[in-house]
Amino acid sequence: MARRSKSALVGRRLLQAAPSVVGIIIVTFLLTRALPGDPAVYFAGPAADENSIAQIRASLGLDRPLHEQFIFYVGDLLQGDLGKSLSTGQPVLDEILSRLPASLELTLLALIFSIAVALPLGVLAATRPNSWIDQLCRIVTTAGVSLPTFFTGLFLVYVFYYLLGLAPAPMGRLNIAFLPPDPVTGFFTIDALLAGDLETFWAAIGQLILPAITLGLFTLAPIARMTRGAMLQALGSEFIRTARAAGLPRRKVVLTYGLGNAVLPVVTTLGMVFSFMLGSNVLVEKVFAWPGIGSYAIEALVASDYAAVQGFVLTMAILFVVVNLAIDIVYTMIDPRVGIEG
Amino acid sequence: MDRRQFLKTTGTVAAGAGVMPLFSMLPAEAAPKGVLVVISGETINSMDIHRKGTNRPSYVNAVNLYDRLIEFGVKKKPDGSFTYDYSKLVPGIAESWEIAKDGMSVTFKIRKNAVFWDGSPVTANDVKWSFDRAVSVGGFPSTQMKAGSLEKPEQFVVVDAKTFTIKFLRKSKLTLPDLAVPVPMIINSKVAKKHATAKDPWATEYLHRNPAGSGPFKLERWNPGQQVVYARNEKWTQGPVPAIKRIILREVPSQATRRALLERGDAHMAFPVALKDANELKSKKNLKVIGTPIENCMYIVGLNFKFKPFQDKKVRQAVAWAIPYEEIFKNAAYGRGVPMWGGKATKPETIEWPQPFPYKTDLDKAKALLAQTDYKDGFEVPLSINLGLSDWTEPTALLIQEGLAKIGIKASIEKIPGATWRTASLVEKRLAFHLETFGGWLNYPDYYFFWAYLKGHLFNSSNYHNPEIEKLVSETLYLEVDDPAYAPKIKRMLEIAFDDLPRIPLWQPFDDIAMQKNVEGYTYFFHRQLVAANIKLT
Amino acid sequence: MNRIETTAPALEEAVSSAAEPPPEKQSSAWSQFVYVATQNPLTLVAFGMFALIVVVAIFGPMLAPYSPLASDSANALKPPSWDHWFGTDNLGRDVFSRVLVATRLDLLISVIAVAISFVIGGALGALAGYYGGWWDRIVGRMVDTIMAFPLFVLAMGIVAAAGNTVENIVYATAIINLPFYARVARAEVNIRRDSPYVLAARLSGNAGWRVLAFHIFPNALPPMMVQISLNMGWAILNAAGLSFIGLGVQPPTAEWGIMVAEGANFIVSGEWWLALFPGAALMLAVFTFNLMGDGLRDLVDPQRRT
Repeated sequence: MARRSKSALVGRRLLQAAPSVVGIIIVTFLLTRALPGDPAVYFAGPAADENSIAQIRASLGLDRPLHEQFIFYVGDLLQGDLGKSLSTGQPVLDEILSRLPASLELTLLALIFSIAVALPLGVLAATRPNSWIDQLCRIVTTAGVSLPTFFTGLFLVYVFYYLLGLAPAPMGRLNIAFLPPDPVTGFFTIDALLAGDLETFWAAIGQLILPAITLGLFTLAPIARMTRGAMLQALGSEFIRTARAAGLPRRKVVLTYGLGNAVLPVVTTLGMVFSFMLGSNVLVEKVFAWPGIGSYAIEALVASDYAAVQGFVLTMAILFVVVNLAIDIVYTMIDPRVGIEG
Repeated sequence: MDRRQFLKTTGTVAAGAGVMPLFSMLPAEAAPKGVLVVISGETINSMDIHRKGTNRPSYVNAVNLYDRLIEFGVKKKPDGSFTYDYSKLVPGIAESWEIAKDGMSVTFKIRKNAVFWDGSPVTANDVKWSFDRAVSVGGFPSTQMKAGSLEKPEQFVVVDAKTFTIKFLRKSKLTLPDLAVPVPMIINSKVAKKHATAKDPWATEYLHRNPAGSGPFKLERWNPGQQVVYARNEKWTQGPVPAIKRIILREVPSQATRRALLERGDAHMAFPVALKDANELKSKKNLKVIGTPIENCMYIVGLNFKFKPFQDKKVRQAVAWAIPYEEIFKNAAYGRGVPMWGGKATKPETIEWPQPFPYKTDLDKAKALLAQTDYKDGFEVPLSINLGLSDWTEPTALLIQEGLAKIGIKASIEKIPGATWRTASLVEKRLAFHLETFGGWLNYPDYYFFWAYLKGHLFNSSNYHNPEIEKLVSETLYLEVDDPAYAPKIKRMLEIAFDDLPRIPLWQPFDDIAMQKNVEGYTYFFHRQLVAANIKLT
Repeated sequence: MNRIETTAPALEEAVSSAAEPPPEKQSSAWSQFVYVATQNPLTLVAFGMFALIVVVAIFGPMLAPYSPLASDSANALKPPSWDHWFGTDNLGRDVFSRVLVATRLDLLISVIAVAISFVIGGALGALAGYYGGWWDRIVGRMVDTIMAFPLFVLAMGIVAAAGNTVENIVYATAIINLPFYARVARAEVNIRRDSPYVLAARLSGNAGWRVLAFHIFPNALPPMMVQISLNMGWAILNAAGLSFIGLGVQPPTAEWGIMVAEGANFIVSGEWWLALFPGAALMLAVFTFNLMGDGLRDLVDPQRRT
């Protein structure tokens, strides 16, 4: 089969994503319109009479038939306008852009934590399959995925903040004593480092630890299992046996050849894990008063804030596509075989 | 990354984790002096109370960032806590005011030294522009102004730069108090007009994000969905400069987290406080809870006349006799409120409002009443509750469900999300059996009845219609309380409500706010917003 | 190539076991089970626990010492005691009885949700894999669309739009799980479409759908079985998450998720038993399903074991 260039691959991936983005737009639109709350009533506020509700309905364009509303919506979208959130009165795009870094920072740190714990566990389990270590790894990681995230979160808050006072107050991204660093990337940790403000950096890390662990625990299992499986396969393969037969030290065989080859499938899982984490953020953010897009989505959903819900889902979907694209590219870079259609 | 390098990096992380508690140990007391940290479960969505879609928690901005012509006074209660004084109006931007001889207008003298944040003087033009705006934008602000018979821009007259007159449409006891509610705030019209457009003549876009006021606090920072930060207005002239330099209003959506923050001393004040937490936090060493019965407000059970069985008065009364009030008060309200059941007489002796209705739990009476109706074998009915208020609605509903089961009425509980609730309960008025709450800002029974007992009015979620009540309300709404005709009419109104029971009151809720012991000066207001200018840290 | 193993089913990549021949089971199924069970005691434990859960689900209401709905205001918020093993909740209801009785509902939610996504997803995937062309394209796009949503958020949206009843929670869970079955079924069917035994079946005069339903699909079942037990655990977690943001089942129904979600608010005030016991039950169930999934994988797919 033909070898394709990387840019062609990227282009093809984007094209593949296009129909699902269209699908997402339609589904999201219909879903928000099916929400039971009447935004006009909600936003007319207390003591509103029928007149003012009708006024608001007209000003929102909600008095028009559904297909017209959809055409307007798509038209706005094409101009890069996600509309304006009714409840906050801010453009949805601005709000999502300002909140997205909070979610991403949290998710990335959670991912790092998850990898740091799960990868060694997976390798360990694979080197001694079906031993008690393997079983223990399995129990630990499965336990992590067996608890509702909000429960884990509140439990951690209770123990590490409320009882022990080890963790900082779960009041969002920074303790009140600190001002957020000048926004460059939107990641407080990185921005603080860029500004050379170590104190703020540690404060931001401190706020991140509990929510990141909460989120990370939930994804230990997939990463550990993937690693274990991939390692087993790698270790069972011809070249490893050859390497062993050649008398190379076990450690070197396992870590260099085994892990080196097992990394590929693990990387592909990471994309899925990341997207999955972004979805689970919704619950963790609520517990830790984290001003990310997950909490924004709950708020919007409860208020039947159409534009905000649509904007959120669309952002998530695009993010998903981007993450998978990135994974593909990373994959291409570490594996020369990729690029061959197979 | 080789192994050694990796170890080195993890070493730093570990060291960082070790240092972390140092940073975490910055409880509110240790926060910079003069800073007040307030946590809230609600989101502030606008700086402008006149805007469409501004939610209730945002009224705090109208209260603290803006001034009004006049304000309510403050009085100390016997227990040492403070409450606003409905009977006393004190100067705000206006230093004095006078009612015309014919009683058909009032003229305000504006303080000579009153200035907006930008240093420009507050003039009668600003007042007129602000009032014109409030009555013209429609929606909630206009409705609230209307309650005080403030309906048309023509009523508001600029006499000169520092003199302002309001012409009355009718004599009403509600007009002056209505000038002290958050809505008629005074906006810097020069700033606002600069940002007005043909499409948006009232600069709602601009003022939504950028307040332009003269109030005791200025907006320092607003991160929507996260926090609002106020800095005090050092040049405030309408009263003593606030004791607090900076106020941080942080959003903390999880109730459990809010409680943890308060107990650990990381926040000075929290609201809303769950009923159970309010009950328990008051006995904590470092905390106090101030609970004030919310004026003119009750938690009620609504019986909808659209639902056939509830059209029979005896059925409604049977329900009232079957509700387990005591248990509800103990397990759902945690005692945080004033009981509204067990009244002595079926005819009210006073015009005090709210006052207990003459019902208590008496299953025999309930059964006897039900037996006289077409529904002696009971019936099924969905009992709807507002998810947004599940703190009290859920346990209450469960107990009512159990109580009614004893007389053969099968209620099934239906939780409705907050956004849908308003539409279902108040606008469409389609909930057969529901838990509802309403509190009137202006503290008169006729005002409550106006909203909750008149046909088609918003809070009449029962679809109740009684011509006599309609007549009584229209006769008393504008009448002065000391008018001899007032009391008898109100008593008659209450008597009908007692007997007819479109709404069965449960209890009058408390406005509960939990705070550190060193927070002084919290004052209860009918709008239940934090009036930060009164707060001190000791 | 790489079969991706995960427990969070959202992550389950439906990579086919293409390289492997259709499992030769039946005759050796029992010995395989014995082998797996002895090699992997955890699997045995998991099957044991599953049996226990089923027993409790069936007999729970009979075993419960109190009515799960009866309130007793005099005994509200009492810590675990001899009378109330798991304590009482804020209305004085017995937590032990509620946890016990909830087993049936939770098991039903997970079984039905998974069954729906299995049947519909499997059927769609099989059609796509067998007929290809437009079938494949439409099903493929549909699946992609669902997958592109953050799954929990999609469930949230569906329940918010349709109303928070048990049925809608089940449907929402079914919809978000659907893509995995569709993908697995499509891949499995696609590989076998042109295999000799299918050709033989076709040549002997079987209609297309018959070949698909009776000759190909059964062979695609094993990998889907694994998915089923994993998804069952996730379905319960999903319901719990929905309860936490207020979109769970209606009160006073006893359900683990809503009990944990409501109990979570009592952790800080010291009434830990409200969240702990239903949480433990929930965890145990999810844990069981996950381990069982692993066990099933070992059973149906011996190659994976080294």
